[in-house]
Amino acid sequence: MTRFITSSFSHLILLIGILIMVVPVWMIFASSTHTSSMINMNGLQMFLGDSFYENYLRVLLYQGGFFKEITALKMFFNSFIMATGVAILSVVTSLMAAYALVYYRIKYATLLFWIIFITILVPLELRIFPTYSVMAELNLVNSYFGLIVPISASAIATLFFRQFYKTVPDELLESAKLDGANTWRFFVDFLIPLSKTMIVAMLIFMFVFGYNQYLWPLLVTTSEQYWTVVMGLKMMSGSIVHRFAFVMMSMVPPILIIIVLQKYFIKGVFQDK
Amino acid sequence: MSFLDLKNVTKIYPNGTKAVHETSLSVEEGEFMVFVGPSGCGKSTLLRMVAGLEDITEGDINLDGKLINEVDPSERDVAMVFQNYALYPHMNVYNNLAYGLKNRGIDKETIEQKVNDAAKLLQISDYLQRKPSMLSGGQRQRVAMGRAIVRNPKIFLFDEPLSNLDAKLRIQMRLEIKKLQQKVGVTSIFVTHDQVEAMTLADRLAVINNGIIEQLGTPIEIYDNPKSLFVAGFIGSPQMNFLDGNIKNKTLSAEGFEIKDIDSDFEGEVKLGIRPEHLSQSENSLINLKVDLVEQLGSDNLVYGQLKDKKDFCYRCPGNLTIEKGADLSLNIENNKYYIFDKSTGKRVN
Repeated sequence: MTRFITSSFSHLILLIGILIMVVPVWMIFASSTHTSSMINMNGLQMFLGDSFYENYLRVLLYQGGFFKEITALKMFFNSFIMATGVAILSVVTSLMAAYALVYYRIKYATLLFWIIFITILVPLELRIFPTYSVMAELNLVNSYFGLIVPISASAIATLFFRQFYKTVPDELLESAKLDGANTWRFFVDFLIPLSKTMIVAMLIFMFVFGYNQYLWPLLVTTSEQYWTVVMGLKMMSGSIVHRFAFVMMSMVPPILIIIVLQKYFIKGVFQDK
Repeated sequence: MSFLDLKNVTKIYPNGTKAVHETSLSVEEGEFMVFVGPSGCGKSTLLRMVAGLEDITEGDINLDGKLINEVDPSERDVAMVFQNYALYPHMNVYNNLAYGLKNRGIDKETIEQKVNDAAKLLQISDYLQRKPSMLSGGQRQRVAMGRAIVRNPKIFLFDEPLSNLDAKLRIQMRLEIKKLQQKVGVTSIFVTHDQVEAMTLADRLAVINNGIIEQLGTPIEIYDNPKSLFVAGFIGSPQMNFLDGNIKNKTLSAEGFEIKDIDSDFEGEVKLGIRPEHLSQSENSLINLKVDLVEQLGSDNLVYGQLKDKKDFCYRCPGNLTIEKGADLSLNIENNKYYIFDKSTGKRVN
């Protein structure tokens, strides 16, 4: 009986937590399906209206910005390119960095690793001017390359891969060597397949990281052509329902990715061996 | 020159530890050589130097007439079975066996044939599609051997491959390894700390201690004629009994008894070694044993007790003799089978 009470109590707390998080999102979604005059007169709505298609379609295709050069659809495309680029590039670089740190006979490899790791303490914002000036000199302002590359070295992912490689038994490498595998083959035939779930987890993590970038794209793009969704949230003008619709849509890609790949994410981060 | 030739091979680790001291050794083609010794004696290091997994500090290793000191492990054409098997966890059994062949650029049909042949030989054909995690210890062991066999290497290296198996399976696999080696006829080196394994498998045996080969010979030679105190104590189960003694004018006096006219000119402090199985009960006895404990193995009894000077002593007698705890036994050494070692150097003197 006491067990029933304590378990109901903890469920109640969880339910309240969920409500606190979900209700505002739901209100925005419900409101975004009404007409703007309805919202302006009656405030936020709890129930669905019938302007869903009309509002969302208009937002997707509306030519925004000062020069009317960008649509929401294009912003999604830009964000997608940027997030995917960051995810792939940072996973590839950290896989290779971890491989070199663990398997090559590098003097002071541990020290080097900690230097890489310390960069976690140095946020992008701190190095944003030098980084910008490098990008400007390389003529990479207003390009996807400039959006992606400066944030594509991840110390966290390097840490994860390094710790994983350290658990791989030495005999595996030795056995592979005797089987005629060179360093590259060992990387491709052994470490990559063995860290598959972790790679997927890091891809998700870095995708969301790339998607959420705000300050860097804001600085490095002057052309509206390269606006991303998160920038768009700030730049957006127009009626309240359209803004709500855009907010709702901006949440979809990361949520979708998590839902589809959460199995790998949990496996990769918490129980990979 | 023999098939595998080690000449003054020395291994010094970067931290200054000397694991192997100027070791020279020849292994003939098709021979089954066993390195046996206590853990940390350098036997695995020696094996790994042959495999190319450890650098050679000094000396030369020749395999099949070719100096291989600087040859990469992948080019040496050696195969190794590791203690924990080191199977590739993400590949099924077939690919585990095929991987080494693929890397050598052999065509698909030949690979398939070789893998199937090896699988048949080791009776693992039914598991070819399984991952290593779905196999039992014995099956993994077979896969590890299959991976070695399939490549048809110049030499097999076994690094304590049986120590992860339970006792029964270990004996079974031991037999299978021996049979397989005879069938395939590949030169093999087998490292173990288990002297029974060493005795049963070896054509020749190298007893290693502190990075030095103490004695090299056939198992029977080493059992019958140990050249040092260490070898005498290491080979044979239960262990040889050692008693302190003194030799003067060809007479050995130990606590409580004397042996006259011994076959040695040595004089001074010695250790007398007697194997438990070289004793028998008799009237005119040398040794009096007070029995503490009897282990009945069925075929044999192992009788543990103490001598007058409270020294532990073991006697092996046929299983049909009943010996009670607390009994006093009078024992004699059969056919003068005893071993005398110089106490200070450990060298055999008779």
